[in-house]
Amino acid sequence: MAERLAPADAAQVLDCVRWAVAEAVPLDIIGRGSKQALGRPAAAEHVLDLSGLSGVSLYEPDELVLTAGAGTPLVEIEGLLSQNRQQLAFEPADYGPLLGGTAGAQTLGGMIAANLSGPRRIKSGAARDHFLGIKAVSGRGDAVKSGGRVVKNVTGYDLCKLLAGSYGTLAAMTEITVKVLPAPEKARTVLVFGLDAETAVTALSRAGGSPHEVSGLAHLPAAAAAASSVGYVAGAGAAVTAVRVEGPGPSVEHRCRALRQELGGFGPVEELHSRNSRGLWTEIRDVQPLLGDRDSDVWKLSLTPTAAPGIVGRILGQADGRALFDWAGGLVWLSLAPAGDAHHGIVRDAVGGDGHATLLRAPVAVRRKVPVFQPQPAALAALTRRVKDSFDPQAILNRGRMFAES
Amino acid sequence: MRMPEPDAGTIAQAAELVAALREIVPGEGVIADDQELRAYESDGLTAYRQAPLAVVLPETVPQVADILKLCGERGVKVVPRGAGTSLSGGALPLADGIILGLGKFNRILEIDFENRCVRAQPGVTNLGITNAVEHAGFYYAPDPSSQIACTIGGNVAENSGGVHCLKYGLTTNNILGLEVVLMSGEVLRLGGKHLDAEGYDLLGLMTGSEGLLGVITEVTVRVLKKPETARALLLGFPSNEAAGDCVARIIGAGIIPGGIEMMDRDAIHAAEAFCQPGYPLDVEAILIVELDGPRVEVDHLIETVRGLADASGAVSLRVSESEDERLRFWAGRKAAFPAVGRISPDYYCMDGTIPRRQLPVVLARMAEMSKKYGLRVANVFHAGDGNLHPLILYDANAPGELGKAGGFGADILRRCVEVGGVLTGEHGVGVEKRDLMETMFNEDDLKQQQRVKCAFDPDQRLNPGKVFPQLHRCAELGRMHISRGQIPFPDLPRF
Repeated sequence: MAERLAPADAAQVLDCVRWAVAEAVPLDIIGRGSKQALGRPAAAEHVLDLSGLSGVSLYEPDELVLTAGAGTPLVEIEGLLSQNRQQLAFEPADYGPLLGGTAGAQTLGGMIAANLSGPRRIKSGAARDHFLGIKAVSGRGDAVKSGGRVVKNVTGYDLCKLLAGSYGTLAAMTEITVKVLPAPEKARTVLVFGLDAETAVTALSRAGGSPHEVSGLAHLPAAAAAASSVGYVAGAGAAVTAVRVEGPGPSVEHRCRALRQELGGFGPVEELHSRNSRGLWTEIRDVQPLLGDRDSDVWKLSLTPTAAPGIVGRILGQADGRALFDWAGGLVWLSLAPAGDAHHGIVRDAVGGDGHATLLRAPVAVRRKVPVFQPQPAALAALTRRVKDSFDPQAILNRGRMFAES
Repeated sequence: MRMPEPDAGTIAQAAELVAALREIVPGEGVIADDQELRAYESDGLTAYRQAPLAVVLPETVPQVADILKLCGERGVKVVPRGAGTSLSGGALPLADGIILGLGKFNRILEIDFENRCVRAQPGVTNLGITNAVEHAGFYYAPDPSSQIACTIGGNVAENSGGVHCLKYGLTTNNILGLEVVLMSGEVLRLGGKHLDAEGYDLLGLMTGSEGLLGVITEVTVRVLKKPETARALLLGFPSNEAAGDCVARIIGAGIIPGGIEMMDRDAIHAAEAFCQPGYPLDVEAILIVELDGPRVEVDHLIETVRGLADASGAVSLRVSESEDERLRFWAGRKAAFPAVGRISPDYYCMDGTIPRRQLPVVLARMAEMSKKYGLRVANVFHAGDGNLHPLILYDANAPGELGKAGGFGADILRRCVEVGGVLTGEHGVGVEKRDLMETMFNEDDLKQQQRVKCAFDPDQRLNPGKVFPQLHRCAELGRMHISRGQIPFPDLPRF
């Protein structure tokens, strides 16, 4: 009989996993289910629901640290932080709507398990860079911890890094400690209009290599720009290249002026303030608003930034779709017309050795057939399996979510 | 310090091993002469010494792979070594093992300004990376105090920090890619010029793994544009509490300075006697707060910090008005270790991290311990992130003092863990803190870490005797102990 186990605390999680280990039955781990459509389809008979492990147990703003249960809704944490003018600096994306669900549903644990970072990644690092400590139950049924509550810590292996982005395949996280940071006092965005992707990436590279500490470097080709809810962007009738600066007021104004001057040679420039700036970066972060189509196949490409325009050009020359460039070109979103194989051959050939391609959205049948994650060279794939075995030798946890397992 | 029992068979066959190594690395790349081996018998933690069987200095990745394969087949232990600056004994040799020195991997392979990264061989020094890009206004952010000598490969192995990591992160936050050779001789590339590849973050795992998982043969690092300007405040306080309070206020105000360093009375006096940086001598603690970034921002924040320092009861306050003056503020801090070296025959540098607000408590406790052990201690801290470097003063020639210094240091670290901190912030566990690991981790935690080690190195030939207080065989670690039964929690809600 299918069970949905909903433990209320870490001790019960341990009991659940030990039971599953003893019975050799796999468990699908879920928080609030916002990422069920992410990764390889895995449908275990039993579900381990961690949404009961909810709540912030420690928050010390002047120590820049927060600890919460893995099932804590992220909106709750972000709300608490914003009351103290702090934030998760890596700007976690909300893929809810992108994956066909609602916004604001994800949990802290899910966000860490998928290592989700937004536009500020280029300046402040990824989710994994802010992940200080973990308590978890391994697939062997052992309660294990790693890291701590302080940033500077090299005591033992950094298992937090390993769990970030592991899609729940190594351990069921119960308690997570993250580094939090002050929210910037002010944010503005410099826009450059009408650039093609190649020129835009050059402009973004210039801005990223400036001393102006930019915290967002994105390019919206005309179709993506037209879908924006920000009037200045949608109304441009052209591609929009966006550069964000954040910090104390006088500094932001100064840097914006300098960037307008430096980027003015590329095309006409404009500046977005407060609400408009915020709105644009939220759309870029969450992607869906700028993609339009809700049924397309969506690829997330991690690329060498300067290689991105060429790769995207090659793909869009062979498949219908549109692109969105974040991280100065280092992160490319591709929305392609639905196809039985999500055009994976075209995408992976084009990416070659310059990065990684993940099939972020496609129907279950397609994700079953096509490798969702970048196929790995044999030695790396074998090591990946051994690492998985070291935590979860019977493949109890999220079996098959990242690679085929039986 | 107890190391794994040397294997007499391996030692007996040293000559054959050296001959086989010479087939892989011809010429002077294999060192087996007793005199020459001396240079390798210790690293930055000089209290421990052991000559290796041999030292091999390969120049190519295939040579590294062949050496590891050979050692794997013959059951020979391998200790990787960069510049040998580890403060925790990470490169301490084994009597029945070889040292694999990466010193000849000393070339910058690629500088890519457009993508703001540098590809370097592991033997390039930390400062060598900055030197290679500074003509274009770039630099590599992590700056351990040994940066002139320490190598980027060693930085990755230890996840090195420095004074600027509060704002710019540790090594792990500044590495994009690695090439790694496993004990099997397999060569892996992890990451590259792109960010956050999907798949397990083995790049993150390798960083700080202290040479126990694989040998690093190439590193891709992120480089940053130099900030437009940097200015520092030199603040003096009547108590450690007041200095700690000032740090809390600065961070509470939403300011993340480029660096916040604190020195206590003993460290201040030692530094002033050593290089006369002009520190106030009538205070209990000083803070050096450095702000960097665009000029307007720095000027703006300097004024804010000035106000916060006043509110915390600073009794002396200077703001650097020139680059010379800023560097002078730093000179004393950077010379703190040699300065302490001048007032004491020997010193032992510790490296715990604590939640910052525990600072006054830990310092008070340290003063008590200082009395108990009869040894002085001078303190320098990376105050922004709670990383302590107590320097215990002792005389190795005085009977029993080395042992006492070790005991004092261990007590300090236990205290750090008790208040919610950790054993090591940036120097690594190595052999030095190995036997304290159980104060922070229980058996299950440590066994899981060792299982990860087994995934990389199933025969545990790579740097054994470091990090883990007890060695377990991988087969034993892999065994499952399953207790069959019902779900033992009848009240659990199900749907």
